[in-house]
Amino acid sequence: MKYMLLIYQNPAAFQALSEEERNVVFADVDTIMKELTESGEWIGGDGLADPSQTKTVKVRDGVPAVTDGPYLEAKEHLVGYCMFECENIERATEIATRWPDARYWAVEVRPLMSAAGTEM
Amino acid sequence: MKTDAIVEDLLRRLAPQVLGVLVRRHGRFDACEDAMQEALLAAAVGWPEEGIPENPRGWLLTVADRRMTDQLRSEQARRRREDRVAAEVPADSSFAPAPGDDQSPEHDDTLTLLFLCCHPALSPGAQIALTLRAVGGLTTSEIASAFLVPEATMAQRIRRAKQRIKATGIPFSMPAEAERVERLRVVLHVLYLIFNEGYSASSGPDLQRADLTREAIRLTRAVHRLLPDDGEVAGLLALMLLTDARRAARTLPDGALVPLAEQDRSLWNGEAIQEGISLVTDALSRTPVGPYQIQAAIAAVHAEAARAEDTDWPQIVALYELLERISPNPVITLNHAVAVAMVQGPRAGLDMLDSLDGDDRIARHHRLDAVRAHLFEMAGDHAAALSSYRIAARRTTSLPERRYLETRAARLTERDRHI
Repeated sequence: MKYMLLIYQNPAAFQALSEEERNVVFADVDTIMKELTESGEWIGGDGLADPSQTKTVKVRDGVPAVTDGPYLEAKEHLVGYCMFECENIERATEIATRWPDARYWAVEVRPLMSAAGTEM
Repeated sequence: MKTDAIVEDLLRRLAPQVLGVLVRRHGRFDACEDAMQEALLAAAVGWPEEGIPENPRGWLLTVADRRMTDQLRSEQARRRREDRVAAEVPADSSFAPAPGDDQSPEHDDTLTLLFLCCHPALSPGAQIALTLRAVGGLTTSEIASAFLVPEATMAQRIRRAKQRIKATGIPFSMPAEAERVERLRVVLHVLYLIFNEGYSASSGPDLQRADLTREAIRLTRAVHRLLPDDGEVAGLLALMLLTDARRAARTLPDGALVPLAEQDRSLWNGEAIQEGISLVTDALSRTPVGPYQIQAAIAAVHAEAARAEDTDWPQIVALYELLERISPNPVITLNHAVAVAMVQGPRAGLDMLDSLDGDDRIARHHRLDAVRAHLFEMAGDHAAALSSYRIAARRTTSLPERRYLETRAARLTERDRHI
């Protein structure tokens, strides 16, 4: 089963962390990525630029409106994602509990939809 | 067949034979497997241009052997540089054929290799990947695209599986008689998983993935040729053929799923059905019964009905009762309940489903809600059906299944609006 890990963060609060705390976050992420790559579970992932770099696009009655900033107003934002394939949801959740952002904010584990299906 | 297809077919057939000889000659499954892949690649590139050599198996062996020799030499040189004893290559492991290598081309290592690749010490994912590469002769990139993961991910899974074989010292030999039945069960399960991966994907535009069904059938056919008296091998092959026979009818051109009862049966593959039916009939008449044979027999009963309403449901109920006795699991109960509903009415089917609510393996699975929805609809309880369809649609992780379930739900509300 393929899962996506959605990583949430409060960018302002992250900046307020000490250098040492931030280094631990980066090191933890490196460790998990290395482990998932070696186990053949890692599929891919990226960090996202700061929410302030977002363009939100809405089309109403065929007219597009483009505004600066995120769609949802919140202090916490999606700051990155990664995808992996593992045996079951227990393993996926276990990976999520070690993701450092889960200690400060939250990460979500979401199963990916697949194009496969069987007749009922 | 075009030359490329002929070459590919030949290479895939020879792959396990060549690998078997290499492993017996050199030991070291991991390195031999790499050498075999390189030889396959060289042949796939060269043969369509230069023509197929007179002795293709010998050609592959020579090329793969040369790779092995090169690799062993460079490893020896490296060890010397590291000032260590080159103990790994004993003096007598000469590169001349060892006894037993000069066997006839008919000799087939396919089974031994399958047992190795499907060793219980490996995870299912590793078993599948390794089987497709070492026995099926597929490249890592082909396997990766079949499973929709990056090539690097699949390469790492294969590398790890090979490391594990090396580390645990799994031998390249037939399992002892006592454990052979159990080990064969694992092999068949891996082939079944490969088939399912391809079959469930054949609804979408992923033709690459649909090739997995063909590959699973090809490998199962090879096992059946080697073990013609094993009823479960025959049963699995029959089940695959009978299931795959419905391929053209199970989706609309836009990818929408068509349930069994609504399929255009003229699109079913009659040839595959005939072969499947005769395989399972023969197996049931002369070998001990097993789960694959019963599942194939159920598929055969469906295949024999010219129209959905001609289906011999009482016989299907009897087969599910037998299947539940010898290999009970909640998915079988689910299908059994559908058959019971067709014979005794939807309420009897719904009553059977209640027993699954306490079963953690399936209680929150979309299939339970989907079956319940269909049975409520059959019973005329549209409100309950609608609610179950919607729950099922939210629980499935399959796009075509979600679309199908949402469509069923929408049809119900549509119909009720018109009454």
